Amino acid sequence: MKLNTNAKVTWCPGCPNFGILAAFKNSINDLVKAKEIKSEDLTIFSGIGCHGKITEYLNLNTFTSLHGRAIPLALGTKIANPKLKAIAFVGDGDVYAEGLDHLIHAAKKNADVTVIVHNNQVFALTTGQFTPTSPKGLKSKSSPQGSIEEPLDPLALTLSAGASFVARSYALEIEKTKKIITAAIQHKGFSFVEIIQPCITFYDTREILKNKIEWLDKKYKTNNFYDAFNKISKSKNKMLLGIFYQVKKPIFEDEV
Amino acid sequence: MPKNNITTILLGGEAGDGVKEAGISFSKLLLEVGQKLFISFEYPSLIRGGHNSCSLSFSNEKVFNNLNELDIIIAFNKETAELHKKELKKEGIIIIDSDKPVTSKNYLSLPMSEFTKKQNAHHLARTSVALGALAYYFSLPLNKLEKVFKESFKNKVKDNIILARQGFKYAEKNNWPQMKIKAGKKGSSRLIDGNQAFAEGMISAGLENYIAYPMTPATSILHFLAQYKDKYKIKVIQPENEIAAAIMAIGASYAGKRAAVGTSGGGFALMQESFSLAGITEIPFVAVISQRPGPATGVPTGTGQADLAMLKNAGHGEFPLVVLAPGNAEESYEAGTQALNLAWQFQIPVLILLDKHLSESITSVNLKQNKKINKGKLANLKQKEYKRYAFSKDGISPMAFPGTKGLVVKNNSYEHDEQGIVTEDSVVVKKMFDKRFKKMPLIAREINSQNPLKVYGNKKANNAVVFWGSTKGAVLEALRNVKKSIKAIQIISMEPFPDKKFVNELKQVKKIIIVEGNATGQLASLIREKTGIKIKQKILQYDSKPFDPNILVGKINKELAK
Repeated sequence: MKLNTNAKVTWCPGCPNFGILAAFKNSINDLVKAKEIKSEDLTIFSGIGCHGKITEYLNLNTFTSLHGRAIPLALGTKIANPKLKAIAFVGDGDVYAEGLDHLIHAAKKNADVTVIVHNNQVFALTTGQFTPTSPKGLKSKSSPQGSIEEPLDPLALTLSAGASFVARSYALEIEKTKKIITAAIQHKGFSFVEIIQPCITFYDTREILKNKIEWLDKKYKTNNFYDAFNKISKSKNKMLLGIFYQVKKPIFEDEV
Repeated sequence: MPKNNITTILLGGEAGDGVKEAGISFSKLLLEVGQKLFISFEYPSLIRGGHNSCSLSFSNEKVFNNLNELDIIIAFNKETAELHKKELKKEGIIIIDSDKPVTSKNYLSLPMSEFTKKQNAHHLARTSVALGALAYYFSLPLNKLEKVFKESFKNKVKDNIILARQGFKYAEKNNWPQMKIKAGKKGSSRLIDGNQAFAEGMISAGLENYIAYPMTPATSILHFLAQYKDKYKIKVIQPENEIAAAIMAIGASYAGKRAAVGTSGGGFALMQESFSLAGITEIPFVAVISQRPGPATGVPTGTGQADLAMLKNAGHGEFPLVVLAPGNAEESYEAGTQALNLAWQFQIPVLILLDKHLSESITSVNLKQNKKINKGKLANLKQKEYKRYAFSKDGISPMAFPGTKGLVVKNNSYEHDEQGIVTEDSVVVKKMFDKRFKKMPLIAREINSQNPLKVYGNKKANNAVVFWGSTKGAVLEALRNVKKSIKAIQIISMEPFPDKKFVNELKQVKKIIIVEGNATGQLASLIREKTGIKIKQKILQYDSKPFDPNILVGKINKELAK
C-alpha cells in the first residue's frame, strides 16, 4: 500500500519523528494486510507542532487541526460515523498545555479513539520553550534561569481520567513502537500511547534515555488499575515502557 | 397597520412557584378560543426564590410583542404586586393570594393557598385556582381549561381540575367583574418559542449532530434536541466546553454529517478560533448565538443585541461567512433550515443571531415542518483523482468523505494546495484565497432570493425606521400607533449585506431612525460600512430589557418631530 504523499518532509534530518512515522506506517500496513481495517476508514488527525506534520506525509484521510484540538476533532468524526477509525497524533505542548481538557474528557468518555503523543518535552517548532512535561530546571528560551515547574505525569493523569488503554514507547524503538500502536488501534475504547521522543535540536535526551529506558516485564498483567498506577509512579527514575493498562469498558459512541 | 386591542396579564411569583407553566396553560386556553399571543418571561439567574414573571399579551389580531402596560396582575407573592402595580392600567386589577377580602381599589383577593391546603394538593397546584378565576373573568368555559390541564399534566390532573373549579366558583360567588374576549379567526395552531422554532428548522434541513455546552439563553435548544434525539435521530452531545463543541461539530462535518452548535456571546467568543478553522477548511458549520447583555457575564437572563459586531467579524483571518438575524419564531425556523442548507451548499460557516427575547418568548404560530435538504456539491466518485480543494469556476470544490473507497480526503488548517497539503507558495496561497472568495457573490445571490430584508408599513413613506432581530415585535406593534406615515425596514442578512435592496428602499426616505438593543448602534455602523449611509437618529436600549411597544411609539414620534 502506498502510504507516502508528495509533500516535502520538513522535519530535521535524523528527527525521531521519522521513527514514529515508520512505526505507524508499518502498523497500518500490517492491519490492512490482515484485513483488520480498511485504509479508507482510517481518519488521521494532528495538532500543531513538529508532530502535526505527520498528516502531510500520510496518503490517508487526514485533518491537520489547530494547536491542542486534534482530540475533539477526532471525537466529532468518530461519533458522527462510528464505522471510521480515528487516530489523533498530538504533541506534548499541544495536548498537555493547550488541549489538556480535551484529553481528560476523551479518556473519561472512553470514545474509541487512539491518541499518540509525540513527547519531546519541549516546544520545538517555536524554537524551544519548556512544556508541561519538561523537567524542573530546564533552561529554555522562555526559561533562561531554568523552568520552575514540576513536570506533569501524563500516564497517571490519563489512567485516572478513565482511559481503557495506557501505554508508553520510545521513538527510536521502531518495532516495539509499532506493536504498541497496533495494539492501541485494535483496542476498542480510548487508547493512549505516549511516545518518548528526543528533540535532537532543542532537547537531545538520547544519551540520558539510553540508561533510563526499561520495558515492562512480560509477565506483567495489564488489567489491574492499581498495578498500573504503581508501575507508572515507580517509573519516575526509570523510564518504564510498554502497555500499562488495558480493560474493556462501554464505548461512548455506542451509547450516544 | 390597523390598531390592535391587546389585553395583557402578568403572572408573578418566586422561582419554583410554577409561574411559567401557569402562563403557558392559560395561553393554551386562549389559543383554543382563537386568540393570538405573545408571552415573555423575566427571571433572575437563580434556582429558588427571586422574582419570576410571565407576561402574556393576547388579541384576536396578531400580537407582535407583549406590552408593559397591564390589565391584570396575578400575584402569587407580595413582591409581584409591589413591583408591578406601577405598570397596571387605571382600570386594571391585581389578584392576590389571600383568604381575607381586600378593600383597596384595583385589588381582588383569591384564597389560592387556602384552597390548595384544604385540598391537600401540591403547592404548585395553587396556580390552578388563579387560572380558574381568570377563566371566569374572561367568560371562558371551564371544560376547555380542564382539557388543557389534561393534555399538560396527564395523570396528575385531578387536583388541578378541582382547584380551578373552586377558583372559578369563588370569582362567581364574589361577583367579580367579567369581560368577553373578542373571538378570533382560528388559525394559529401552536405555541412555540424562538429556540424550539430554530431547532425544528434545523431538523427540517436534516440535522444529524447537535453539540452544545449549556449557556443561557441558548440552552433550551440543547434541552429540546436532547429530549427528542431518538425521534429525530440526532446525536446530541454536551462536551467539556465551547471550544470542544465547535471542534467536534467540525469533525462531524468532516465525516459528512450535518452538525450545529449553539451558545451565547461568551461561548462564541471561545469558538472564534474553531470558526476560523471552518473557514479555511471549507467545512459546513452552523452556530446559533442567542445574545444576552455583556460584556463578560453581563446580565445572564436579560436580553440585548450587542454581539452583531463580533459576529460579522468573527474568526481571525478573512473568509466567506454568513450571518443571519431572524426576528420572530417563524423566521427563526426559516433561519434554522437556511443555515444548514447554506453551510452545505457553499461549504462555509453560517452564524445565526438570536437573543433572549426571541429565544425564550413564546408566540402563537402556524408552523409545520417541511423537509428541505440541500446536500451541496458532491464528488463524482468515478473520477480517477480526488482533490478536496480542487479549483473550480464557482470556487466550490466537490465534497467527499472519509470511508469512501479509492480516495483520501485531506483537510488542513494550514493554507494548502488543491490536495490539502500545506503550502507557503505565495501563488497558491493567493489562488486559494481567491477560490474561497469566489463563492461570496453566489452566496449573496442565493440569500437575496430568500428575504435578506423585509419592509412593513407604508412603503411609500418619507420616514423609515430600521431594525433587526427580536426588536421586530416591538417595532411592528409600535407602528400601529405612530402618528406620521412611516415604513419599517428589517435587516435579516447581516453578511452578505443586502446593500442594493436597502439603498433602494431608502430612495424616497428623508428621515431614517434606527432602533437597536445596544449602546453603540451596531447595525447603524454596519449600514455605514456597507452603504456609506450615516444614520444619525438612534433609539438605543441597553438596560437588559426588551423594547416596550408603547414606549417605543413615543420615542419614534419624538424623533419624527425633530
